[in-house]
Amino acid sequence: MSKEKSISIWDSKIITRALLDSLRKLNPTAMMKNPVMFVVEVGSVITSILLIRDLAASAPGIGFSLQITLWLWFTVLFANFAEAMAEGRGKAQADTLRKAKTETTANRLLPNGKVEIIAAPQLRKDDIVIVSAGEFIPGDGEVIEGVASVDESAITGESAPVIREAGGDRSAVTGGTRVLSDQIKIRISSNPGETFLDRMISLVEGAERQKTPNEIALNILLAGLTIVFLLAVVTLQPFAIYSSAPQTVFVLVSLLVCLIPTTIGGLLSAIGIAGMDRLIQHNVLAMSGRAVEAAGDVNTLLLDKTGTITLGNRQATEFIPLSGVSETELADAAQLSSLADETPEGRSIIVLAKEKYKLRGRELTPHEAHFIPFTAQTRMSGVNYDGREIRKGAVDAIERYVNGNGAQAPRELRETVERISRAGGTPLVVADNKRPLGVIYLKDIVKGGMKERFDQLRAMGIKTVMITGDNPLTAATIAREAGVDDFLAEATPEDKMALIKREQAEGKLVAMTGDGTNDAPALAQADVGVAMNSGTQAAKEAGNMVDLDSNPTKLIEVVEIGKQLLMTRGALTTFSIANDVAKYFAIIPAMFSVAFPVMNELNVMKLATPQSAILSAVIFNALIIVVLIPLALKGVKYRSLSAAALLRRNLLIYGLGGIVVPFIGIKLIDVAVVALGLA
Amino acid sequence: MTLNGWLQILLFFALVLAVTKPLGVFMARVFNRERTFLDPLLRPIERLIYRLTGVDETREMRWTEYGAAMLSFSAVSMVALYLLQRLQAWLPFNPQNLANIEPSSAFNTAASFTTNTNWQSYLPETTMSYLTQMAGLTVQNFVSAAGGIALAIAFIRGIAQRKKDTLGNFWVDMTRATLWVLLPFCLVGALALVSQGVVQNLKPYDAVTLLDPQGEVKTQTIAQGPVASQEAIKMWGTNGGGFFNANSAHPFENPTPLSNLLEMFAIFAISAGLTYTLGQMTGSPKHGWAVFGAMALLFFVGVSVAYWAEARGNPMLAGTDQAASALQSGGNMEGKEVRFGIANSALFATATTDASCGAVNSMHDSFTPLGGLVPLANIMLGEVVFGGVGAGMYGVLIYVVLAVFIAGLMVGRTPEYLGKKIEAYDVKMAMLTVLIFPMTILIFTAISSVSPAFGTSQLNNSGPHGLSEMLYAFTSGTGNNGSAFAGISANTNWYNSAIGAAMLLGRFFMIIPMLALAGNLGSKKAVPPSLGTFPVTTPLFATLLVSVIVIVGALTFFPVLSLGPIVEHLLMQAGQTF
Repeated sequence: MSKEKSISIWDSKIITRALLDSLRKLNPTAMMKNPVMFVVEVGSVITSILLIRDLAASAPGIGFSLQITLWLWFTVLFANFAEAMAEGRGKAQADTLRKAKTETTANRLLPNGKVEIIAAPQLRKDDIVIVSAGEFIPGDGEVIEGVASVDESAITGESAPVIREAGGDRSAVTGGTRVLSDQIKIRISSNPGETFLDRMISLVEGAERQKTPNEIALNILLAGLTIVFLLAVVTLQPFAIYSSAPQTVFVLVSLLVCLIPTTIGGLLSAIGIAGMDRLIQHNVLAMSGRAVEAAGDVNTLLLDKTGTITLGNRQATEFIPLSGVSETELADAAQLSSLADETPEGRSIIVLAKEKYKLRGRELTPHEAHFIPFTAQTRMSGVNYDGREIRKGAVDAIERYVNGNGAQAPRELRETVERISRAGGTPLVVADNKRPLGVIYLKDIVKGGMKERFDQLRAMGIKTVMITGDNPLTAATIAREAGVDDFLAEATPEDKMALIKREQAEGKLVAMTGDGTNDAPALAQADVGVAMNSGTQAAKEAGNMVDLDSNPTKLIEVVEIGKQLLMTRGALTTFSIANDVAKYFAIIPAMFSVAFPVMNELNVMKLATPQSAILSAVIFNALIIVVLIPLALKGVKYRSLSAAALLRRNLLIYGLGGIVVPFIGIKLIDVAVVALGLA
Repeated sequence: MTLNGWLQILLFFALVLAVTKPLGVFMARVFNRERTFLDPLLRPIERLIYRLTGVDETREMRWTEYGAAMLSFSAVSMVALYLLQRLQAWLPFNPQNLANIEPSSAFNTAASFTTNTNWQSYLPETTMSYLTQMAGLTVQNFVSAAGGIALAIAFIRGIAQRKKDTLGNFWVDMTRATLWVLLPFCLVGALALVSQGVVQNLKPYDAVTLLDPQGEVKTQTIAQGPVASQEAIKMWGTNGGGFFNANSAHPFENPTPLSNLLEMFAIFAISAGLTYTLGQMTGSPKHGWAVFGAMALLFFVGVSVAYWAEARGNPMLAGTDQAASALQSGGNMEGKEVRFGIANSALFATATTDASCGAVNSMHDSFTPLGGLVPLANIMLGEVVFGGVGAGMYGVLIYVVLAVFIAGLMVGRTPEYLGKKIEAYDVKMAMLTVLIFPMTILIFTAISSVSPAFGTSQLNNSGPHGLSEMLYAFTSGTGNNGSAFAGISANTNWYNSAIGAAMLLGRFFMIIPMLALAGNLGSKKAVPPSLGTFPVTTPLFATLLVSVIVIVGALTFFPVLSLGPIVEHLLMQAGQTF
């Protein structure tokens, strides 16, 4: 499901399926969920019946009645088509996922230590299975023994294998993925039908889609407006009779269908489905539409420093020698001590020494060098080489090593170390034969472009809070550099939870990401909790979204997609209501210009005849749904502007545009209708 | 249109603008139960009232209890007023020995005055005794207005407060609205009117000998009564029920251009002040001004159209001199008082229907079709241009909620009104209040228009004008305005009952969902404002609010209006009148 594999919505298979679905969706029990379109369907049925009656009686004006009836049906079908199109890509993806659910077998470990081979669907929660290289993992679970590389591309679309191992935050495995190397023992954590893959299929397919709170509210508004227009049209007939200008049912139904908000009514569910779909295209699974909406409302983003704001690894940026030591000497020692250090920090030291002091990395053979690895006891690493004993480590560890317990390092060294700490860096002291040489300045590197994104978020009124285990001094420095609004230093899971609750008590909505089991309570408490797919089962269950790419920065995109969803709804609602102005000017003069020829003065579009005017309005009303399907599916273009600026912009486009566009559209259709001799 | 006319309109508006802030601050203090300069005088009276009635002034009410108190108070008021009319012949203060009032008219009048409508299907000076006028009608003028203010304050509290289930105490709000707001203003207002020549007495009617006898008619009866006291509350409380049938066109109700200005000012003053109270109580004075701005815009559009339509006169009288000059007002003077002229008649008609007042100083029936469309449309929009005291405020707030909901999504968040999320329940209640108007107006008018026996037979005019007359009657009733288009004989069983029902529906069926909405908003927590918050303080928001009011109103009523005033206007241009 990565970008490369994603399916275009204009895929011919999707369109074919959508066309069939739009007919299937005519079923009145399904239509009733959408009051606006249900009214159109009822109107279509009524005009169809009258049309048959007129046909039987060979009544005059059949051509007009027939066309009106057809276009009313098209209106319903177009709305159904929009919804079916929105569902299309999800359904296609569900089909692909189902293929991943191919029949696999499981090696179940029995209590007596024997292994039996059973079909995967027979597995139950808490069963233990053994999976070896080349086998599919038969169900969701947790690695309880061993370590293996796993190909999860069936779920995430990412072809690079990932490591799964017992204990820690990388223990969760997903059914349907494949072990590439080694052997692991897994405790199954879900019963058949409740697995992650099952859930994923039903989510992308939209099978359990429920209306979101905001969608419900909007539906009430639309239903209310529909009743208002129903009243206006139904009572218009008595007024018309009083005015000696009674109208046919075809005309009255046309007026009603044009006035009720069919544009937004027809596209509303498509917008919702497309919003979920857009998240899926970003490889994020939302467990409910409610979560997507909440994402748009988020006031506070909690972002983990490591991996989200910073590159995740500290990098050496400077060598600061003590007096009497040259920079090159320090750099050389630092490089030597790091040659066997495979951590990103270690590698960055080698790179810095090479780039800044032209010191080439040397290949040291084990017989001439003895590498001392980092241990929790010594908290140092280094090398014994050529009679030299080079060490690097935290200042107190080096102090102990140089002077024995209780001794003090030179004042100059302490000052340098403190200065680096204050500036948010991490100091590493290098010593050669128990003589301190100087300090390596390791720095957190803020990811490129983050400052701009935080500025954009701020412009939209969203506060960013950086969460870090660093001390407050370091945290403050990085926070300043990254441009976040606030930070939480030395954060424990409890602190995080307290912060979320505090924000929520102020009425704010909070979004966060997390992957560890200790993140689970906070993920559950947050309004939007995005769990990393690489994380633990507990975290995935606590959050209301799962990011299959396990990229914490994506939280920002999730917020943007939520906002885009709400904006699209608002824009099309405004557009739909604004459209009515032009429709009145098309239909009302057409209805009454026979009884009152002066009414033609209101025919500002100069539509040719009453019939062509009404027909054009009905055709416009139907076609505008089709025209707007791409917008509904893709969403209104997202911009990070303040609410005031967004409102100004969107009101101009969709409000004013909604008033002007139909005047032009109806006029053009009228010209075409007359040219084709349809009315 | 003349410069002089426009200056008078601007002077009127400047007066309203000038008092908005002081009145708003004063009312916010009154209803927050903070100290005001009137406290030394009024607090003892207030406490006495509570002691006598057993009201616990510290008790807070949930919206249901608040609504129940308001409804039961109105029900008791309505029954009392009905009985008073039915028994007036046997009660004191009836020097003209006026008879008891027959049931359908008494019902209509009781509904009319308890709903702050003051639709009058009777001729007051030949129907209502002084006791009925003073103890019945004037009292209702006070309490129905006070009730409206109380409801508006309850709604504002709902917006302003956080996570609180109660909206205040109805009895306290109503008592304070009466004692601190209405009584002092009316006292001063009545004296000002007396200074201009408005009568205030309990005398029997004068019979005067005509200087110039008209055939058999040698004497004329000059009606008398306690007019000034009722006139003041009629305007300050946006009631509009005249002491005399001619209402504010009668020289004893509205003798001079200055009294006319004072009366028009009184229609808008409290409602304009409430916009500032809204800003003050919600902590966002700019929001109050934005609402004021939206109202002001709608006011100027209305008055401009009405003034223009009336001043340009009747195209069918082309050839006669209709120009304004030193000797004549010019324009369409049919049904207007010479002492007010075109500008002050158009202004009065606009103001009285912007608000739900319903007092008239000219006959709307005689306006040109477009001139008459303005008062009709004003009422149809829900009388939210300053509006009836209190009623205008909660009416416009419903539109604010809708505007925020419709456009609010466009900023990419669940719509928020001053931090309160607008959710399904709120939209449902707002839509219910919006539905009442078209439902009542359109259905009753539709029935009347196709019922020759009891509907169209009462019309004095045919064609589109006849439709406008029926439409106006039900619009005025539902909108609790009370002004009449006239031209329709409405004192019949059908119109008395149907308009009576329309008045009750228009008042109480709006209030219940409105209070439910207020209660629900009040119990919500508020999202603190940020750059992402939907702005409700800007000119853009005021424009949006105006658009929503106009579009919702226009979309609902455009079809029927097109067959009424609009086609009538087009036909008049073509040389046909009705």
